[in-house]
Amino acid sequence: MISREEFRSIAHNGLWKQNTGLVQLLGLCPLLAISTNMVNAVMLSLATILVMALANVAVASLRNLIPHEIRIPVFILIVAALVTVVDLLFNAWFHQLYVILGIFIPLIVTNCIVLARVEAFAAKNPALHSTLDGIFMGIGLLWTLALLGALRELIGSGTLLAGIEMVIPGASAIQVLPADYPGFLLAILPPGAFILLGCLIAWKNWLDQRAAARERARPASPATPAEPAGEASPAPAG
Amino acid sequence: MEIVTSPHVLKPVSITRVMGQVCLALLPGIAVYSWLIGPALLLQLGIASLTALAAEALLLKLRGKPVSPFLMDGSALVTAWLIALTFPPLSPWWLTATGVLFAIVIAKQLYGGLGQNPFNPAMVAFAACIVAFPALMSQWPAQGLSLSFGQQLEVVFGLAPRIDALTAATPLDAMKTALKMDGVHASVQELLANQTLYGTFAGRGWEWVTSAYLLGGLFLLWRRVITWHVPVAFVLGLLLISGLCWSLDPARYADPLFHLFSGGAMLGAFFIATDPVSGCTTPRGKLIFGFGAGALAYLIRVFGAFPDGIAFAVLIMNLCAPLIDLFCQPAVFGKKKEAP
Repeated sequence: MISREEFRSIAHNGLWKQNTGLVQLLGLCPLLAISTNMVNAVMLSLATILVMALANVAVASLRNLIPHEIRIPVFILIVAALVTVVDLLFNAWFHQLYVILGIFIPLIVTNCIVLARVEAFAAKNPALHSTLDGIFMGIGLLWTLALLGALRELIGSGTLLAGIEMVIPGASAIQVLPADYPGFLLAILPPGAFILLGCLIAWKNWLDQRAAARERARPASPATPAEPAGEASPAPAG
Repeated sequence: MEIVTSPHVLKPVSITRVMGQVCLALLPGIAVYSWLIGPALLLQLGIASLTALAAEALLLKLRGKPVSPFLMDGSALVTAWLIALTFPPLSPWWLTATGVLFAIVIAKQLYGGLGQNPFNPAMVAFAACIVAFPALMSQWPAQGLSLSFGQQLEVVFGLAPRIDALTAATPLDAMKTALKMDGVHASVQELLANQTLYGTFAGRGWEWVTSAYLLGGLFLLWRRVITWHVPVAFVLGLLLISGLCWSLDPARYADPLFHLFSGGAMLGAFFIATDPVSGCTTPRGKLIFGFGAGALAYLIRVFGAFPDGIAFAVLIMNLCAPLIDLFCQPAVFGKKKEAP
């Protein structure tokens, strides 16, 4: 089974420390191409989470049977089979959205983040750990993409959740800015994705630096002289 | 002139002084331009300057830098003026402000402020806005349009509706659109004969604005704020390639003089491509930089989709500037030239 400490480490890595969108910068192609609005971004992330979790559990269960020399082709085959399933699921349930997302659902096969987690984590860890890693890495991608998509949509066209009716029938988009907002098209075009992603990375680094500065400042103060080493820094466990 | 022996007294060249002279050199262009367009241009200059100074001060404060010395260097003001001069003068106020914010915040301060920006901030703003708001950025005041100051104020601040009759394409853009139209076989000569749109050698009225920029540029050369390399190479690049096209088919390609005095060519040659930060610094590098910018500007303005090509040409050459400089390092005095 999984210990509390391991669980925390996996979750922290996926959601923040090793965030796929802001730190590893893997799979940028779908990240930037699809995050033109929030609904597209979230739905593509959900598909990716599903694939990552299933691929990780499949590879982790089979890891002792896969010959080391041909592991990459085997991983790709497993991932491709799972992506085909997700592709068909999307076509069946969210057909309109499927048409919009287009090539980017099949392209999850080649998304480096899926292969990277399979190779770096699932091939070396038990199934339960790997499943959690896939889910948390995926959620890390989800919140990054959702934030990026929301920002681009808000700046680019002044709405939020445009196209939500393709997922939840009857729901409608929220017009956040006044209806005569001219729309800053650049945010929706690829340069806007790069600029805003850069801003998000800067924001994360700023938060991390602030946290590190606080961490440094704490032991220096005379009030708390010696703390047990294990308590002070939860991060290095991963 | 008497030559004296050393030691000489050296006077340090301050950025404030350089930027002040650039602003001074822009004045003839601004004067002719506002005579042509009306006080709206001065309004745009004011909006741009205020936004630039406010944004610069805020960003300097956020970055923990001393505000007043950096603010007083005048570089933000030059960027703001270039934006006001390159944007359509009847743009809504928020368009100019967005351009200035983009230039100061993203293109300048996020890269580390003056001296660290790889791209010319004013041209980044122009490129960003023409991509984001292509329609508004192509609406120039129609020829012969005379609005009172109050009317111009209302248009800029969005109090009066933006009527299509107010605006038109620039003479340069109109020429391109007319030549590209299918079915109509108007030659350049027939188009140039249209005396409401075209003057003696370029767009009516516009030719004097660009001539005034040339005058300001010569002032900068005389004051040694800029060296001759970039403007000469820029003009040469533009002349060479436009001359080539013109000699091949004078009915389809306007003459080099027209291109030299249309759009932002003169402003680009003397005020934009000569940016000491984002351009090349070696003498040979400056020649290549200027030539490339001039040639690309012609190709983009004639064969591209946008009204003018100066901004994109300068940005592309900004990208190449570090590489060009790497291969153009002059040999250290007394040493043989080494490969980079």
